[in-house]
Formats: sequence, structure tokens, C-alpha cells
Amino acid sequence: MCDSDAVTPHDPATAARRQAVSVSVATGLYGVSFGALSVAAGLTVPQTMALSLLMFSGGSQFAFIGVIGAGGAAGAAVASAALLGARNGLYGAQLTPLLDLPWRWRGPAAHVTIDESTAVATAQPTRAAARVGFWWTGVGVLVLWNAFTLLGALAGDRLGDPRAYGLDAAAAAAFLALVWPRLAGRAAQGVAAAAVVVALVTTPVLPAGIPVLLAACVAVVVGVAVPPRPAPEVPA
Amino acid sequence: MTALWGAVLLAGLACLAIKLAGHVLPEHWLARPRVARVAALVTVALLSALVAVQTATSSGQVVLDARLPALAVAAVALALRAPFVVVVVLAAATAAGLRLLGMP
Repeated sequence: MCDSDAVTPHDPATAARRQAVSVSVATGLYGVSFGALSVAAGLTVPQTMALSLLMFSGGSQFAFIGVIGAGGAAGAAVASAALLGARNGLYGAQLTPLLDLPWRWRGPAAHVTIDESTAVATAQPTRAAARVGFWWTGVGVLVLWNAFTLLGALAGDRLGDPRAYGLDAAAAAAFLALVWPRLAGRAAQGVAAAAVVVALVTTPVLPAGIPVLLAACVAVVVGVAVPPRPAPEVPA
Repeated sequence: MTALWGAVLLAGLACLAIKLAGHVLPEHWLARPRVARVAALVTVALLSALVAVQTATSSGQVVLDARLPALAVAAVALALRAPFVVVVVLAAATAAGLRLLGMP
């Protein structure tokens, strides 16, 4: 793997593969925190693994166990996970023309369409490199994310009181880390602040899980009603 | 328990169906700027609301405890570009340490 003389240094496919491996390792590792938090939220180890294998989208998985852990209804957990998964649908629309895969590969490609595989694929200079980056990242994260989820779930099962280990704070930090790179721009920051206020104000009066969905409605209203950039009033 | 299994499978299949839709629907359906913008903002809103609920509520009440300073530590770590695992572990260690010192 490290035989640098055997490959041309500027081969885009090799560079894509290297990038894919490092992203897969970094992403796969935090499957440990998902596994531990999931059993702390009250899911069994098989249920935790079902989420990592079938749902396979970090944000949706953390949202699902967050709502369940807070005592929310199953329906609210499903809705939160699906809404957070909506962006994966848009990734697919971006990837279809880029990868130009035959139909029989679109099912497997859809399963490994996540933030990381899309980011690596779209960053490559050629279609061949984009395909290498997409598959290596998607399959790499799938394998490592599930392996580390299992590790975390088995460890979390033996821990006892999750609060004593600060696992509730770890879940909050996980959400913060997921939203952090998306906070560039005024609209995103405004929506984030509004979502926090809506969630906290409505928590005492609404069933668990609903405040989070209500915050998503704020984003829909802002996204539909407010134009992306206000038109300049004076021509430059 | 069976209800939770049902929710796990339903949510998993829903997320998978959304991914598949992106790969098989005509591109122009999803390539509209407004659709992309709303999806991005919905993601931000959901995650931000989850940060708030996970940090400052317990059993339907707003509660301030060791989770808040832990979140502040996580924010500093993120600003310093720490990797995800480090951010999560630092937050857990902060909350666990403060609770050891008697903070709720």
C-alpha cells in the first residue's frame, strides 16, 4: 500500500483511494460513540446494529436514538430520522450524472450514499477517480462504522448508569459536531438559533420528539419564504 | 419492545428509500436550488434542536446541569478542529468529571 514507487504520484484514482481510506477510518471510529449511546438510549444491541446496517446515516441514527432516549414517541423518532435523511436523496441526484453507474449498481450505490462518500466523490477531478472515491469511501465507512458500532454497543451494555460516564453530554456533543460544518452563512445560523429557541420553549408543553420536528418546520418556512440572497436595491 | 423494533425497521427503510429515490428519480426533480436550500436548512434545524434538547432538557423540563459546560468544551474543541471522537470524548469526560465533583 505504501509502495510509492509503484504508482505515479499524480494518478487521481490512487489519490482518491487514499483519501477514501483516511475518511473511512476517521468516520468509522465514531461508530463507537453511536453504539454506546444507542444502548444507553434503551435500544438493544441487535436494534443498534439494525440501524447501522440498514439506515446507515450518522445524523439520522443519532436523531433516532436521541428522540427515543428522551422518551419520545416512535413516530417522532422515525420522522426525525427520515427528515435528516432527506439530504441523502439530494446527494443521489448529484452523484447520478457524476458516476454514471449502470442500473444494477444503483441499489448498492444508494445504500452507501452518505455525507462522506458524496464529499470524496465530488472532490475528484475525473469520473474514474470519482467512482473509486465513492465506492472506497462508501464501503469503507459501511464496514468500519458497523464494526465500531458493535464494539460501542457491547461496551455500552456493560457500563451501567450512562450519566455517570457523561454519555448524555456526549450525545449533545455528537449533534453539535454534526451541525458545526453546516453553520456557515447567515441563513443557517439564523435557522440554528431559531431551532434552539423553538425546541427549548416548546419542550415543557409538547410530547418529547415533537419540539425537534417543529424546529424543522421553521427551516422549511425560512427556506421557502426567504429568498436565498436579497436582491440588491441599488445596481452596482 | 416490538414497537421499538417496528420503528427501527420503518425508519431504516424510509432512509434507504430516500437514498434510492435520489439515484432513480429524474435529476431535474431534485436539482432545483430551492429544494437543496430547504433540505440544507432542515438538516441544520433538526441537528440544532437536537443539540438543545440533548443539552438542556430532561423528562420534558428545561434543566441546566453538567451537560452545558460539557457542550462548551465540545464547542471549543470543534473550533480548534479536533476530530469527532475527541470532541465526543472530551464532552463526556467533562460531564463525568463535574458530576464527580457534585454537579447534577
